[in-house]
Amino acid sequence: MGIDFLPDKPIYQQLIDRITGDIIRGTLIPGEKLPSVRDYAIEAGVNANTMQRVYKELEQLELTETKRGQGSFVTEDESRIARLRDEMKEQLVTSFIQSVEALGFTTTEMTEHLRKRGGEND
Amino acid sequence: MIELKEVSKKYGGRKALDGLTLTLPQGKIIGLVGENGSGKTTLLKLIAGLLTPDSGRATYGGSKITRKIASNLAYMPDTDLFYPCFTVNQLFDFYDTQFADFNPIKAKEIAQFLAIELDSKVKSLSKGNRGRVKIATTLGREADYYLLDEPFSGLDPMVRDDITKGLIRFTDPERQTVIMSTHELKEMEPLLDEIVVLREGRVIAHEAVDEIRDTHGKDATTWMVSLFREGR
Repeated sequence: MGIDFLPDKPIYQQLIDRITGDIIRGTLIPGEKLPSVRDYAIEAGVNANTMQRVYKELEQLELTETKRGQGSFVTEDESRIARLRDEMKEQLVTSFIQSVEALGFTTTEMTEHLRKRGGEND
Repeated sequence: MIELKEVSKKYGGRKALDGLTLTLPQGKIIGLVGENGSGKTTLLKLIAGLLTPDSGRATYGGSKITRKIASNLAYMPDTDLFYPCFTVNQLFDFYDTQFADFNPIKAKEIAQFLAIELDSKVKSLSKGNRGRVKIATTLGREADYYLLDEPFSGLDPMVRDDITKGLIRFTDPERQTVIMSTHELKEMEPLLDEIVVLREGRVIAHEAVDEIRDTHGKDATTWMVSLFREGR
């Protein structure tokens, strides 16, 4: 039922991550209307208060805009979305570097491996 | 707001509630958890005005809770539906005569949402569908408080999912409060704002779900298990 949540992170935070992920992937496009708080809560199987908090925080992050009487919409500010993409890349790279350093791999061997894998993926 | 101060209740020699103190705010979905015999049902019945405390004070909006609270509060026991010979429609009509705040249009909308046939007789329904009708009759009332005793027990995952969705769809978190006892904490956690843990008739913890995850870094179930291990 609903979404499977990870145990160690607040549920509202996981829902924010899910929606920002949809914006980065393009599943949600700039200017697109989000479901109502109630409808999204039913779909996700979460409390409407939790969903309300998610929508409020997304608005504070300027990723969505609330239009009076119409609901919430994904921002049309492309530079904000570009910034979100950069923030996400930064996050991914930071956690990658932390893991790599913890295991003691050198920069040279990792960049070499990444280049090899990158070639396969492109 | 519902407030309980130093409330005790005995059945014979056994203390079901033992000096329990608890404040239940409005506009939340609150889960009541604890082992069998920890006092969950007694607490719900006491809030519903079906039991009176032996000692201590139970108040609703500042005044003492009596049976009259039933006009603002919908209590759903864990027992099966009465009136097996009624059709769902007749059952709704009956509730309409009993509760001033019962809204037949809302009840029918809930029944429709849960795919219940209004002409079916209660006795011919499956256990799962009786569970769905039960929640429809309860949420069909425009109450300030909904008290649900084990709304999910013995029901399959599809019915549990439907009841959860019905609860989100047909209660208004701005003004209505849901208090429910449950053993399915893992499954119900995303639905809850707050969790009250009972042990031997006392509240051993009362926290917001987000706080549990933020400050303790664990989900509600792991947190609850650790409370019991620590023997607080």
